[in-house]
Amino acid sequence: MTMNREGRPTAAGEASVSAIDTFTGNRALQQEEALIFEIGRHGTTGVDLDEPEAFTPRLGKLQRRLPLDLPGLSEPEAVRHYVRLSQKNYAIDSGLYPLGSCTMKHNPRLNEKAARLPGFADIHPLQPLSTVPGAVELMAELGRWLIEMTGMTSVALSPKAGAHGELCGMMAIKAAIEARGEPRDIVLVPESAHGTNPATAALLGFKVVTVPARADGTVDPEAVKALLSPQVAAIMLTNPNTCGLFERDVVAIAAAVHAAGAYFYCDGANFNAIVGKAKVGELGVDAMHINLHKTFSTPHGGGGPGAGPVVFSSRLAAFAPLPFVRIEAEGPVLVEDKAELQAGETPFGRMVAFHGQMGMFVRALAYMLSHGGNGLRQASEDAVLNANYVRAGLRDVMTQPSGDRTCMHEVLFDDGFLDGTGVTTLDFAKAMIDEGYHPMTMYFPLVVHGAMLIEPTESESKASLDLFVATLRDLVMKAKAGDVARFREAPRFAPRRRLDETRAARQPKLTYERPAPFEQAAE
Amino acid sequence: MRYLPHSEADRQAMLAAIGVGSIDDLFLDIPANLRVHGLDLPKAAGELSVERTLGRMAARNVPAGSVPFFVGAGAYRHHVPASVDHLIQRSEFLTSYTPYQPEITQGTLQYLFEFQTQVAHLTGMEVANASMYDGSTATAEAVLMAHRVTRRQKAVLSGGLHPHYRAVVATTSAMASDTVDALDADPLGTEDILSRIDAETSCVVVQSPSVYGHLIDLAPIAEKAHQVGALLVAVFTEAVSLGLVEPPGAQGADIVVGEGQSIGNPLTFGGPYVGLFAARMKHVRQMPGRLCGETVDAEGRRGFVLTLSTREQHIRRDKATSNICTNSGLCALAFTIHMTLLGETGLARLARINHANAVELAEMLVEVPGVSLLNESFFNEFTIRLPRDAAGVVEALAAKGILGGVPVSRLEPGRPDLADLLIVASTEVNTVDDRIAFAAALQKVL
Repeated sequence: MTMNREGRPTAAGEASVSAIDTFTGNRALQQEEALIFEIGRHGTTGVDLDEPEAFTPRLGKLQRRLPLDLPGLSEPEAVRHYVRLSQKNYAIDSGLYPLGSCTMKHNPRLNEKAARLPGFADIHPLQPLSTVPGAVELMAELGRWLIEMTGMTSVALSPKAGAHGELCGMMAIKAAIEARGEPRDIVLVPESAHGTNPATAALLGFKVVTVPARADGTVDPEAVKALLSPQVAAIMLTNPNTCGLFERDVVAIAAAVHAAGAYFYCDGANFNAIVGKAKVGELGVDAMHINLHKTFSTPHGGGGPGAGPVVFSSRLAAFAPLPFVRIEAEGPVLVEDKAELQAGETPFGRMVAFHGQMGMFVRALAYMLSHGGNGLRQASEDAVLNANYVRAGLRDVMTQPSGDRTCMHEVLFDDGFLDGTGVTTLDFAKAMIDEGYHPMTMYFPLVVHGAMLIEPTESESKASLDLFVATLRDLVMKAKAGDVARFREAPRFAPRRRLDETRAARQPKLTYERPAPFEQAAE
Repeated sequence: MRYLPHSEADRQAMLAAIGVGSIDDLFLDIPANLRVHGLDLPKAAGELSVERTLGRMAARNVPAGSVPFFVGAGAYRHHVPASVDHLIQRSEFLTSYTPYQPEITQGTLQYLFEFQTQVAHLTGMEVANASMYDGSTATAEAVLMAHRVTRRQKAVLSGGLHPHYRAVVATTSAMASDTVDALDADPLGTEDILSRIDAETSCVVVQSPSVYGHLIDLAPIAEKAHQVGALLVAVFTEAVSLGLVEPPGAQGADIVVGEGQSIGNPLTFGGPYVGLFAARMKHVRQMPGRLCGETVDAEGRRGFVLTLSTREQHIRRDKATSNICTNSGLCALAFTIHMTLLGETGLARLARINHANAVELAEMLVEVPGVSLLNESFFNEFTIRLPRDAAGVVEALAAKGILGGVPVSRLEPGRPDLADLLIVASTEVNTVDDRIAFAAALQKVL
């Protein structure tokens, strides 16, 4: 069975522009792979389990009657299925992955090895705390590093991802405002923000007011001051921002926000640019989440898991959610319930069932220990160096929305250099795929037309960057030379050509449905 | 530093190409008085040293596999085939990102499509998303979704819902200005939830098997909920139970959420786990989280993309259905590989082994003088009443090298009347010797 013959054309006349003339549909090492529902069989299993001896079930009347309808594969079939699927994925281990604001850097295998130690991987969140002192020690140690790097007062480890960390930080702010008995219901969000920021504020019932950006994408303290009032609960600012720039006026913004009685939430997605270079606590931040996968290299396999610990200033520390680690004279203690609270501890509640992403904590701490404080600082410097090196290599052929100024760990271009070529940012990105690169982040931030946000990270060598720059320069020349087909038809060499996303949204097919039997289809 | 490729000569050459004199010239936007010059942290350590440090911490913990182990209450120890962990560690899965470029992320997208289908079949529902953070956050999101669907703001939570899930729902709902009517702990599985459902109810949230292990007949609850225009949110914390128990979809649930950890994923002290989220197709546009859909490419070949993201924070921003940006992709991959290896034959058999072991353990434990069983029905977990404080018994058992369950006082510390209750789980990894050792040790410490 081959799956390539089952698809239908995107629209009339578009089918099979490049004939695949192999019988199987495979292209040598690029192999087609059907769905498990097409190759699996109902009686097949890839695990050896013995049927239990006769016993009297205790299921009441709720024994399953509905068939599971889940096909199985033998072990070799399953291994081959997933290996073949894996070969259709781009990965940081195979090439440069310059997704701005996503931060794809080397994922050391030492971290994986550490996370799989039975003392970490094979412990239950509810086994007696007397049997897991090492786990609590690890959480305390991770918290110590995060607090030292940020200059903040306390940390909540439990949020499960960056956006969840945002929710945590904003919940603490909401709780603090409620504790003060004030009717503050507005949150200021710069227009360059990550989409999660306004979504988080809205989820908590805040009205979102957009702060316009200056021409270079940074936030003007005067614009913030003009919007501040006794109704404003907080500002949510990303720093370094999504245009790759450090918010130079961050201290003035923080001062104005505090003077108005509001709080300063910092989106820490780009923290990896400033580790060891600036402490957000000293900039006036009250709460900031840290994406462990971005800054401390925990793997983000296909979009998760993440981990989003939140650091708090002294103004918000008391509101950190349960559970948390309290440092006592005898050692760290995991505080799980309100009954264990001490004076001054007023957590706003609980965000997750257990203690957070322990597996990610181990990986992040392994990464931190490997670098040390000095190495983390060096990593930030190299990340910034690499982004600026890419900027320097492309500044004469691509266009930058804020002019040619130094950037932080990512460099932002717009589509101005493609004017009149007939090539779009999307086309340009897809042509990069044919060159063997994962494209940069496209069309984000929204404040820039045709944005291309490139983040090489500190993992890339000079030689790697030189080839990347040369490739992009070549593509720019080809676009300007009028070789438009190369771009519009791209990608030509990927496992799939461009996919019809409109059709996917208009006629959602979200689960596999077995095709009707042949006889029925013929009617 | 072995992870950083540059030599000093590289760095100098790159600075020259950029046109600046030193690295500090790239950080001039940070106000001078706020620039940090050193962190009070240890220096870089080699691989051997880091292994020793973390190995020492890990060695202070008692791993589940080293002792007779009966701890559950929301996370379960099962055997995971070696090929699962091998496959999820393939670079192309491990070190990839969100599939923003579908042409070169078909591997991730196809397994998410397969995962969605498996979860839909397992729960008896029509559609499932590409996973959530964990079971508890999925439950909180289900309550928010019920609010959007019904435009009502009162959720009724069963007393059999895991107390931590209840706390997560309460935290999220309170912040979203919803009200929560949470029934008291229901260790006997006999609560009257029907009388709490009224015309203001957005949803009823019922866990089955409950945190105390009871299997709950959802059909009458669904019927009452539907009569008043409310939704039934069915919750499970043990996905393996669905191999043997009638799925919530067949009992009338409108949204089914649960924890998928026990298929393919290790305990890892509580995370990362994988939240499962399934619903009726008519509500798909109100579902939170990512969805993968089938489509075709420009040559007409089948392919997969993330879809319906107009519901999401990417586009709608402050009108998004949630602020969720990610899913638990890698944990979902472990789930789907393990599920594929099991197939329905394997899953049903695994579920029967779990149930048989639990039944046998319950029969052994009630033979211990002073111990009684609270459950009429259960899957692989049940609750026993002890003649004394369960937390003390668990500590005494731990001292004898047996991890004997979760005292209810750990989950409900404000309820001294429940302090003699112990939640006990038994899976396929327990041996008959483990069960005998547990019963014998329990008799000694009581």
